[in-house]
Amino acid sequence: MKHVMPPIPFALEIHGLVKRFDRPAVDGLDLTVRTGEFYALLGPNGAGKTTTLRMIAGLLRPDAGTISVAGIDALADPVAAKQIMAWISDEPMIYDKLTPREYLEFVAGLWGIAPALAEERAQELLSWLDLKPHAHERCEGFSKGMRQKVALAGALVHDPRVIILDEPLTGLDAGSARQVKSVLRERVNAGGTIIMTTHILEVAERMADRIGVIAHGKLIAEGTLEELRLQAGRANGAANDGASLEDTFLALVAEQAQAA
Amino acid sequence: MIPGTAVWFARHESRLAWRDWLSMITAGRRERLRRVVIAILVFAIFMHFVAYWMVGRYADAPIDKPVLVSITASVLLSWFLMISQAMESMTRAFYARSDLDLILASPVAAQRLFAVRIATVGVSVAAMAIPLAAPFIDILVVRGGLRWMGAYGLIVAMGAAAAALAVGFTVALFRIIGPRRTRLVAQVVAAVIGAAFVIGLQVAAILSYGTISRVSVLQSSAVLTHAPDLDSIVWWPARAAMGDWPALIGVLAVSFALLVAAIALVSPRFGEYAIAASGAGASRVSQTGRQSAFKKTSPRRALRRKEWMLLRRDPWLVSQTFMQMLYLIPPAVLLWRSFDDGNGAYNLLVPVLVMAAGQLAGGLAWLAISGEDAPDLVATAPVPASFILRAKVEAVLGVIAVVFAPMVAVLAMLSPWHALVASGGIIIATTAATAIQLWFRSQAKRSQFRRRQVSSRVATFTEAFSSIGWAATAAVASVSLVLAIAPALIAFLVVAGAWIMSPRQAGA
Repeated sequence: MKHVMPPIPFALEIHGLVKRFDRPAVDGLDLTVRTGEFYALLGPNGAGKTTTLRMIAGLLRPDAGTISVAGIDALADPVAAKQIMAWISDEPMIYDKLTPREYLEFVAGLWGIAPALAEERAQELLSWLDLKPHAHERCEGFSKGMRQKVALAGALVHDPRVIILDEPLTGLDAGSARQVKSVLRERVNAGGTIIMTTHILEVAERMADRIGVIAHGKLIAEGTLEELRLQAGRANGAANDGASLEDTFLALVAEQAQAA
Repeated sequence: MIPGTAVWFARHESRLAWRDWLSMITAGRRERLRRVVIAILVFAIFMHFVAYWMVGRYADAPIDKPVLVSITASVLLSWFLMISQAMESMTRAFYARSDLDLILASPVAAQRLFAVRIATVGVSVAAMAIPLAAPFIDILVVRGGLRWMGAYGLIVAMGAAAAALAVGFTVALFRIIGPRRTRLVAQVVAAVIGAAFVIGLQVAAILSYGTISRVSVLQSSAVLTHAPDLDSIVWWPARAAMGDWPALIGVLAVSFALLVAAIALVSPRFGEYAIAASGAGASRVSQTGRQSAFKKTSPRRALRRKEWMLLRRDPWLVSQTFMQMLYLIPPAVLLWRSFDDGNGAYNLLVPVLVMAAGQLAGGLAWLAISGEDAPDLVATAPVPASFILRAKVEAVLGVIAVVFAPMVAVLAMLSPWHALVASGGIIIATTAATAIQLWFRSQAKRSQFRRRQVSSRVATFTEAFSSIGWAATAAVASVSLVLAIAPALIAFLVVAGAWIMSPRQAGA
């Protein structure tokens, strides 16, 4: 697949994002993700990660703040922003009564992709994700891993520039997880941008170019793993060289909890 | 209480059933309970007035053939509906995993629980029927004496027999067609069985007497002549309802004997059936579609096509959605019978068509609008939300057009005026039902179709009253357009009321 990206430096710019339910879920969040970056968003349960991603994807309306996707104001022109985005949640929502091929044809129709191009991409994705032998089987008998791969194929069939994933590896076996990770890495290598939440810190450590840590709806730390170690070390008042992301993450969250 | 005993299981089951019922009537919000109880009481009082009007004059009826035929027909109809409900419950008991894995993996004698579970179906079926029948029985007791209390006993017997038949039928299906197909067949049969009795009587009435009224058949001289003598065992249920205590004891004894036999035969193997049922879905591989090129399409067309494809491929949903269409069989027969002589049957046909269209549109609209299995995908598509809704509404209208166009076309050949009125009524009733579903839309899985009525009672009732209102309007309009203004106004007010009470409007 060929990707022609206009030179927009930031795939995502968020300023002062606020969303309240019973309490503030996202509280004045500022976040910037560069084009062609693999960005992992980490945080404890209830930190506001999913709410943030759902607002970016246009599934939730923020109470305040701005969201810009590849230079497009996603709140003023959501349709244009959605055209270049894809969203995948931890619970793959696909149609049981459709086959993977029919699902991809439907998604291509929604995004207005030319049939010939969509078909070519669908074939490629079905092959990459080992779904070709099941291309004409209805999804109702599929395992969680296969369903997630179908959802991923659907997200990629319209060749999005920004892919937003909420815990995409939850419940996948090792083989399926590796396939998904390799497809995501390939997208980043091709110039795409990925913003992903995960509780599997090893995945963030190995795959992400930059990592953001969110707690109580605010970004409490951000940077490469090395930069996060430094921040955590400063917080601990001790050197944090060689610490794993897990140690670093827990130190940052603990510091934020103490400060709160 | 000793854990693992039948009594202990019965307590566990009754607690679950009670909480499930509470959750159902309050739509999961306990703070509504008081309002729901008041609403139920008001409805019960209203139903007693309806019952007084309908059966009050029969309280002192003698035990003769016409009365026994009428009561037996009513008992049979109710029993068919109870069997239908028992089959639904039994299918759920076999296929819904919920706690089955826990029970089968535990060291307790699961047979006891399964015995309790089968008996619970009988109890729940009777418990559902009693509140519905109570106003009629109460009125008969007040006006005709305590002998009518026998009707309550009869309902208990009918519940036990319905559960026994349902479990027998489900297990027979397991053995004959296997666990994979049993679920669908049992659910379709359950859906059809309740309607079959009424439809059968109506078709018989039309073919014999040219009228849609089933009373014509039941009170016809042919039926009364061929009906068994008054002392026949056939009349035991009717006699039991009228307070013939030996007949009631007999009916109760036979029913409970059936239930005990069903429990004794099935509960030891219930676990095996449940395990077989759990494997039925896992191994399913449905090869669908040939390798054909992707078609040129627009987002709107893609959405419409998706809705139609999902509906077509789900026989259970088709059976549930199109169940109302069964009630079109009698009018279709009436239409066919009236083809030559052109009698006044069209006035009767028009409201039936309008009513069916409204009901079908409501179900389809719920599936298309609320029953979206991939809401995030559709919501993140680069098309405005209004555009998506429009496509889904078009999908509903398309199905309505395909279903009703042939009947309206035939009607147009017989009576263009009635066809015109029917067309207008179908369009308005469909639009109203779809609009109500749109205003009350909420996210749900398509598999929750059967429970859609409890998610919003306002939507359920206004949708039903809207269809009835537009059907009444069409019926009157067939005769006089001027007279139709009044029912049209009432139907319009129902729809307007739904709009005012809709969550979006209330939150605006």
